[in-house]
Amino acid sequence: MLLFASTSALAQNRTITGTVLDSSDGSPLPGVNILIKGSSSGAVTDSNGKYSISASDNSILVFSFVGYASQEVEVGSRTVIDVTLQLDATALSEVVVIGYGSVEKRDVTGAVADISSENFNKGVMSSPQDLIVGKLAGVNVISNSGAPGAGSTIRIRGGSSLRASNDPLIVIDGFPVDNGGISGVDNILATINPNDIETFTVLKDASSTAIYGSRASNGVILITTKKGQAGKPKINFNTTFSVSTPVNYFDVFDGNEYRALVNDLVADGKINQADVDAKLGTENTDWQKEILRTALSTDNNLSVTGSVKNIPYRVSYGFTDQQGILTNTDIMRNSLNVSVSPTFLNDQLKVTVNAKGSNVRSNFGEAGAVGAAISYDPTKPVRDGNELYGGYFSWLSVPGVPANNITFNPVAMAELTDNRGTANRLMGNIELEYKIPMISGLKAILNVGMDYQSSEGHNNAPTTADFTRVVTDAGTILNGRANTYSANNKSRLLDFYLNYNKNLGDHKFDVTGGYSWQYFYRQSESVNRRADESIIDVPAPLLGEYYLLSFFGRAQYSFLDKYIITATARYDGSSRFNDPWGLFPAVSAAWRIKDEAFLANANKLTELKLRVGYGETGQQDLESNFYPGQAIYRTSTATAQYQLGNTFYPTLRPDAYVPGIKWETTTTVNVGLDFGFFNNRLTGTVDVYNRKTYDLLNYIQVASGTNFSNFVTTNVGDLENKGIEISLNAIPITTGDFTWNLGMNFTHNVNKITKLLLVDDPSYTGVPAGSVGVGQFIQNQQVGFPSNSFWVLQQVYGADGMPIEGLYVNRSGESSVVSSNNNNKYRPEHPIADYLIGLNSRFNYKKFDFSFSSRLSLGNYVYNNAVAGRAFLNNVYANSFFSNVPTAVLETGFNSQQQLSDFYVQDASFFKMDNMSLGYSADNLFSNKLKARFSLTVQNAFVVTKYEGIDPEVNGGIDNTVYPRPRVFLLGISLDF
Amino acid sequence: MNIKKILQLTFASLMLVMASCIGDLDIIPIDSNLVTGKTVYNSPGAYKQGLAKLYALFILTGQQGPAGQPDVSGVDEGFSCFTRSMWNLEELTTDEAIWSYPNDAEGTISNLYFNSWLASDGIPTALFGRLMASMVIINEFIRATEGQSDPELVRFQAEARFLRALGYYYGMNLYGNMPVVTEADLPGAFLPTQRTRTEIFQYVEEELLAIYPTLGEPRFEYGRADKGAASMLLAKLYLNAEVFLAPSIPPQYAGRNFYNDVITELTKVIEGGYSLAPKYLNNFVADNHTSPEMIFTFNNDGANSQAYDGVWVMIRGNSGNGGWGGLRTRSAFVSLFDSNPTDYRGIFAKEDKGQDRDITEPNNSTHGYGVFKFRNVTSTGATPVNDATGFVDTDFPLFRLADAYLMYAEAVLRGGTTGSTSTAVSYVNALRNRSGDTAIGDITISDLTLDFILDERGRELYWEGHRRTDLIRFGKFTGSAYIWDWKGGVPEGRSIPEHMKIFPIPAADLATNPTLVQNPGY
Repeated sequence: MLLFASTSALAQNRTITGTVLDSSDGSPLPGVNILIKGSSSGAVTDSNGKYSISASDNSILVFSFVGYASQEVEVGSRTVIDVTLQLDATALSEVVVIGYGSVEKRDVTGAVADISSENFNKGVMSSPQDLIVGKLAGVNVISNSGAPGAGSTIRIRGGSSLRASNDPLIVIDGFPVDNGGISGVDNILATINPNDIETFTVLKDASSTAIYGSRASNGVILITTKKGQAGKPKINFNTTFSVSTPVNYFDVFDGNEYRALVNDLVADGKINQADVDAKLGTENTDWQKEILRTALSTDNNLSVTGSVKNIPYRVSYGFTDQQGILTNTDIMRNSLNVSVSPTFLNDQLKVTVNAKGSNVRSNFGEAGAVGAAISYDPTKPVRDGNELYGGYFSWLSVPGVPANNITFNPVAMAELTDNRGTANRLMGNIELEYKIPMISGLKAILNVGMDYQSSEGHNNAPTTADFTRVVTDAGTILNGRANTYSANNKSRLLDFYLNYNKNLGDHKFDVTGGYSWQYFYRQSESVNRRADESIIDVPAPLLGEYYLLSFFGRAQYSFLDKYIITATARYDGSSRFNDPWGLFPAVSAAWRIKDEAFLANANKLTELKLRVGYGETGQQDLESNFYPGQAIYRTSTATAQYQLGNTFYPTLRPDAYVPGIKWETTTTVNVGLDFGFFNNRLTGTVDVYNRKTYDLLNYIQVASGTNFSNFVTTNVGDLENKGIEISLNAIPITTGDFTWNLGMNFTHNVNKITKLLLVDDPSYTGVPAGSVGVGQFIQNQQVGFPSNSFWVLQQVYGADGMPIEGLYVNRSGESSVVSSNNNNKYRPEHPIADYLIGLNSRFNYKKFDFSFSSRLSLGNYVYNNAVAGRAFLNNVYANSFFSNVPTAVLETGFNSQQQLSDFYVQDASFFKMDNMSLGYSADNLFSNKLKARFSLTVQNAFVVTKYEGIDPEVNGGIDNTVYPRPRVFLLGISLDF
Repeated sequence: MNIKKILQLTFASLMLVMASCIGDLDIIPIDSNLVTGKTVYNSPGAYKQGLAKLYALFILTGQQGPAGQPDVSGVDEGFSCFTRSMWNLEELTTDEAIWSYPNDAEGTISNLYFNSWLASDGIPTALFGRLMASMVIINEFIRATEGQSDPELVRFQAEARFLRALGYYYGMNLYGNMPVVTEADLPGAFLPTQRTRTEIFQYVEEELLAIYPTLGEPRFEYGRADKGAASMLLAKLYLNAEVFLAPSIPPQYAGRNFYNDVITELTKVIEGGYSLAPKYLNNFVADNHTSPEMIFTFNNDGANSQAYDGVWVMIRGNSGNGGWGGLRTRSAFVSLFDSNPTDYRGIFAKEDKGQDRDITEPNNSTHGYGVFKFRNVTSTGATPVNDATGFVDTDFPLFRLADAYLMYAEAVLRGGTTGSTSTAVSYVNALRNRSGDTAIGDITISDLTLDFILDERGRELYWEGHRRTDLIRFGKFTGSAYIWDWKGGVPEGRSIPEHMKIFPIPAADLATNPTLVQNPGY
């Protein structure tokens, strides 16, 4: 909608004036753009709807305004041209893909959100999901870390499962992909070039997702890639150069502060002066700065679209080379995307061929260096020249110091690690759409596709790497490391369906029915070796497959274009279950209230639609558990054999299983309202939903003595998610030179476990989750609480406000040791935000544009394990060596670790400016042959939070010092020929 | 036109494909490491692999070493190890050991060494789950070997029944009243019935007596449960009968002198061809499988059998000898050696290794002597080939001859009439006069008292997983007859209540099986 006003007009033209009126009420329309077709000359109406423009007789004026249909008028001999603009009906009838077809937006009956490329987050380089962070109500995307190419966790309306996958189904160009991941690349989505993506459509409620049946419980994300556009070749080249820098550093003591702290502890009698004399150093090393760096990256994309012999095509090549801010980490991606869409038989047969190939080379480095840098003694030098350890300082080099429990030199960890993986992916599909002759409105669609992924990698370290040390009876030895791994994932798809679309006067039918077959294969293996290539162990390899077979159908009926009803059903078979079949029905209806006569005169109201839907969806994604219902014996690996006599026998174990295991079922009720005001300059959607999951596919303790393990995967437990989502889009200002777009989305979701055992027992402490130590879990699943609630002891505070070490509230009232009685633990908070508000905006002024995208997250709590695990005074000198500790130790003064204290469950609500971008467009360079756009973007610009960790956004809620997310400055140039 | 033909063909073949694909839903594993239950025992050698698993259940933790594909969940995999958790319950609860990391097992591990355990504690829960899951796996093997005539398979089944009896012996010993499942109980959704301690006692005895003739002769193959192992287990059952059958001997056992049964079984053991290792330490080193003293062991191997098991913790987690400082012993236990400082069995890391004898801070790894009894060197002091893996070759000596000797002496002292005091003294002295060690000094008949036996068992068998059972049998575990440092969670020690002789039924099991009844006092 961005139009370019220009004051330049040719002198020989005469002046045309006029008024532009709104057809609905005859009022003048200010801010209407008037452009002379084929040129860049134009004008804008003033506040009275009047305009003035220079044009010649044969000029054609194009009148355009947001929300109205454009109008073209030949000038001829006139000098006054008044125009009345009509509300744009087509703007309301954009088409949305909904799975096995598409509908006009006006006919959508479910909760569907979509976003197209012009509204994506700017400057995204490595991963497609980053394009939509903060953009869509009910869609929460949290990147797992700041590593280049890191994966993200996507949650649509919270998680509907406990143990089975909570990931949404991702469908790329009609191909439902296996997002199980593959070794060698952090994030399988990163194999898709974000620049090739045209739209994301998110199906949120069961009535819209049920067409995907058993894979739809956690929502569906439909990704459509860019396709060829007929015509002369159009070339786009865009390049981005970026600089990433660490945002902040974890608060630890510097060398001098640390020496002071140690001296205080000596004075308190906690450390012997002799140990200080022998072992404390004189340096001031900032270990975090030693391992983090300013990183440079570049991203380049070249695409050509056009048609050859009437066959539209698009070819694009992308090259990304991204450095991480942790020394020795980077990712490089080459991607090629080809799309061809010829038609045959007088357009009766439409063929679409998509092929996407990519090669991603990741250098993972050693993310563990981040934690080591927090803990490492700041009085030690990075290097001391001891060649036994590669010249790096190592505690091992101090005579007499036991080798155990030391932390390792973070710089050595970062620099000596050679941890690289390569992943290749080839995805392709051919879609044939055949309009069946004789029966008008009937077409048959065949979609055949495949997705092959393969990867390999290694994780090496030399024998000088102190972090490869192994403690043996004979002392400490450095084995080095030469680990390798490889993986292959395959998926094949065949969809066949018929679609019948018919309008009979006031009645409109759209019926789809078909069959889908999809096959999945996963294989991976790894070998752990010492640097001398001798094998340490061979972990159990993974090899498995499963099939999904489905019959599906959808019927939509619309009466008078006002009353629309959609019924969907999918009958799904999964090879995971002995009784494979499940039926997932849904029904939804929409009422286009605005089209009723009684609202015909409500001029301010442009759009009003009520949607109501109910549906059932299923869940079968037990990831690598391919045979949960079969009696299977598992052979042990070579390192878990048992000696009888002089022979080691690989053992055979029956795995726990439940023959009757079946689908997990989720029912969703969704009520939504779509509205638009002021010629749709303000549009919005409100959805409320209640989603209940029954027969959770759960990994749950069963009565001892009834299965081959104390835990089995079976259908036990219920949970529910209730929520409200609001999204608003507004164009508060639009004048000729200036447009302001504002988008807001609001999500509130409440998750609660409602059943966990076959017979619920209030004395059951629940299922542990969230490990933070040896058999130590900081989260817990329990009936009546949100999943993964923190499970901690309630700290008692002194009069001075300081927590009293080891003193906790006896919540159970039992006469036991308070701190070691699980019944005294409670569940104060949970990691998932209660409220998420996305705020984004775009300003256009003449050729400049500025946009930002931000998020406000409220009520997300984090267990600060980075502090809990380190910030205690006994940790300063333990196991005969010194360690740095977080300065947060001063807030508690704890002597020993108090990991179970609720003190460490901290409010991590935040406001994050994810993205700010300034752009300049020049669209008529070199005689209109070249359009250019320049942009300057800051990602992760700033964060406002009370949370004291390095970043309040922690996937899963346990802050374990992950690879920090950088701040990124990007310079982008996009050229269109 | 051609395209139309192709389309027609395509759609026709589609219909065929659709029809044939339904069968795709019936799949069996393609991974050669997975075998369906229907065919698993078709291959030769599979039975022995199945049997090997039954033994592995007691020391390894899953199908991937050292961790991964665990047998038992809901707990750190290392804690799910039978030898480790059994050891923790038998040793950490006594004067012999204390642990440095109170946050482990959801912060409940300290309840073991402070004698304040609760039904919701992680380690007793894990061991209960381990025992019961093991019973189900053993039952499956017993069903698979049912009705076989091959004498080897018949023996395999007898060994499986031995291991089941062993599991229930420990279950009964530790938890009192356990649910019991046998080969008659197929896996599925049911609630196993809880049996009383007496019922389990009787069941274990009957099973051991029934399989005894079928078991192999002593030492027929290392690591296998043989007649010697069965006799040892029976002897332990009988020696503790008064504890297990308390408060009153049930009528079916009225008038029976269990100590004569102990002597009968131990005589079979002692005559079974075992002999004392020339050096005490030979029983606790990397090649302890060569010790002629071993009656039944759970086997480790640094390369082939890796787990974070009890032996690994004792060796790698030692304090004062280069380990990670998890385990130490307490001052009260060290004092057993005070009267005879030359007793070489007290293998401690003392002040010269930076360890204090007294424990003022229970979580401080330098408080309390370290113990260096178990180690991963060979009997000749050589480093084993697999040392570099970080895992150990040292096997866990569940039953060894020295134990049999001391049990014999105890049975005589407790009223066994079929043994002799002079033999008892000679057995005790044999342990103090190993051919390869410096003599500790003989005892005389007058020295042979029950108090001496308890102390001598401590000195000879410490850290081998017997202490709690011994202290209970001697009336010194609960109450105030014996107070050791930090007993009951206070520095000087204090009395603990009677009901703590058995552990509570885990809360998680009460929740998953509502028919279970909690033990008294919990």
